[in-house]
Amino acid sequence: MIHYATRRLLLAIPTLLVMLTAIFVLVRLVPGDPAAVILGDQASEASLKILRAKLGLDQPIGVQYVAFMHDVFTGHLGQSLSSGRPVIQEVLLVLPSTIELTLAAIIIGLLLGLPLGVVAAVKRNRWPDYASRIVSLFGLSFPAFVSGILLLIVFAVELGWLPVLGSGDGGGLAGRLRSLALPSVNLGLIMMAYVARITRSSMLGVLGEDYIRTARAKGVRPPRLIMRHALRNALIPIITVVGLYFGTLVGNSVLTEIIFNRPGLGKLILGALNARDYTLLQGLMIMFAICVILVNILTDLAYGLVDPRVKYR
Amino acid sequence: MTAAAPTAATRPTRIWDTFSRNRLSWIGLALIALIVLTAIAAALIAPYDPLEQDIVARLEPPSAEHWLGTDTYGRDVLSRMIYAARISIVVGFVATMIAMTIGSAIGILCGYVGGLFDQFMMGLLDVMLAFPTLLLGLMIAAMLGASLENLIIAIAITEIAPFARIARAPTITLKQLDFVEAGRALGFGPVRIMGVHILPNMISDVVVMGSLWMASAIRTEAALSFIGLGVPPPTATWGSMIREGFDNILDAWWLAVFPSLAILATVLALNLLGDALRDAADPKLRAE
Repeated sequence: MIHYATRRLLLAIPTLLVMLTAIFVLVRLVPGDPAAVILGDQASEASLKILRAKLGLDQPIGVQYVAFMHDVFTGHLGQSLSSGRPVIQEVLLVLPSTIELTLAAIIIGLLLGLPLGVVAAVKRNRWPDYASRIVSLFGLSFPAFVSGILLLIVFAVELGWLPVLGSGDGGGLAGRLRSLALPSVNLGLIMMAYVARITRSSMLGVLGEDYIRTARAKGVRPPRLIMRHALRNALIPIITVVGLYFGTLVGNSVLTEIIFNRPGLGKLILGALNARDYTLLQGLMIMFAICVILVNILTDLAYGLVDPRVKYR
Repeated sequence: MTAAAPTAATRPTRIWDTFSRNRLSWIGLALIALIVLTAIAAALIAPYDPLEQDIVARLEPPSAEHWLGTDTYGRDVLSRMIYAARISIVVGFVATMIAMTIGSAIGILCGYVGGLFDQFMMGLLDVMLAFPTLLLGLMIAAMLGASLENLIIAIAITEIAPFARIARAPTITLKQLDFVEAGRALGFGPVRIMGVHILPNMISDVVVMGSLWMASAIRTEAALSFIGLGVPPPTATWGSMIREGFDNILDAWWLAVFPSLAILATVLALNLLGDALRDAADPKLRAE
């Protein structure tokens, strides 16, 4: 296991290098002079020159590349152009809020999605199956901002049950939960759709296996049969989907944070875009790349925890 | 070569048979046809000019005159929605076609060449796959600047990886079959084998996924427009209309709700279609 984890980590290095190179190239593909983009049309030639020197843009591309890689591997992601604070600090400031939201969404998604998928598989081609499939198809079709706005209109504007804006400051735990409710339900419902779909198809595959028939013939009761014999074996694709969905979840949380006016990575990215904060954007991309690679590795490692048959080579 | 011909000819027919027996697929197909026709005939159907402002009639709720109300400039919401369908359909379709072409080429190449090249490319594509589509699109669109072409490029890039994966798997199976071996024995070059012998035999797998990814492309387009990285104003897009509605959420619910339903209907229809196609193409699901 440790051997496999090390190998997996080592294999991630070339991937990371290519990703970083891609980010480097992408950022330098910005049409026009980044310094001019940052400072606007009115900037004087002198201030443009100073900024170019500060960003290292006056160096040959090869030197820029080496400096970029050096900075990344020594943990220097630069300073935000708009706030002047280090990029890492900016991110750490809002990260807890985004993590809170994504975790709540994953929990809601699993709590609702797993039973929905299991029921659909067990009652295949009967009404619970159709109902579950239609529900999850809707979940898959809603762009996060569309469902967010509709939830907001119904529960906050029309019914007035929950706050329209922001995470309740100073409202204590109850206020925090109230402000977390709509955004996390919004993300959770989409997550539910993914989980329910993959659970259904994975369970259908397992339920057709010989060992399920054997267990049934031996008189194992249906709840135990489904939970112990079938679901445990159906978990691997579900974990893969949850792992793969992490990226989508982060993307959707960006939109959700904007809709519900929550602090978090989403608002940070949008702010960086609007302020043309080019170092913050680059830093965010790098951190996302690293995060995604790590989650991929963790997903692979999680297989062994649910399925002892998985051999780490 | 002749061995390949029957498979290539019967597989799409078989997919169609299963597909056409699925009631949901017809609903999806009908909805899509309706939306595409609306987009094409926008100039004939739309009751008003989508850009025509009428400051006196701003933020009017739905009425007999303006079925879906008016926006902050007094423009007719229904007309704007009808025209906006064009943007969504064009962006979704073109971006998906570009991604499908490039992705399939990469996938076939990886599957056919194999070895280290394949491992490296797949590792890279895995990361691209796991990278949030929306964020990737957002970064690229932000870097390139907001325009129709850039939007299409940004969305296409985000969808290359999934198509490459879809194309790679059948290529690996196909390249071991006798007819490919025969082609090689006859001295055909790798380009000819990949293009003439492998591609036609796996293209249905890729096309089947096209509908699902077009749904995703339309979702991304809407999200980018919502954020302000889509086709610039005053052109109507569903995403930017929702944005305007969101800014007026407390006093004009119709601004956000109707374009939301339009996106939902389009994406839902494409997903229904895509699901049905995939079920029809998957021999395991068909056998049951």
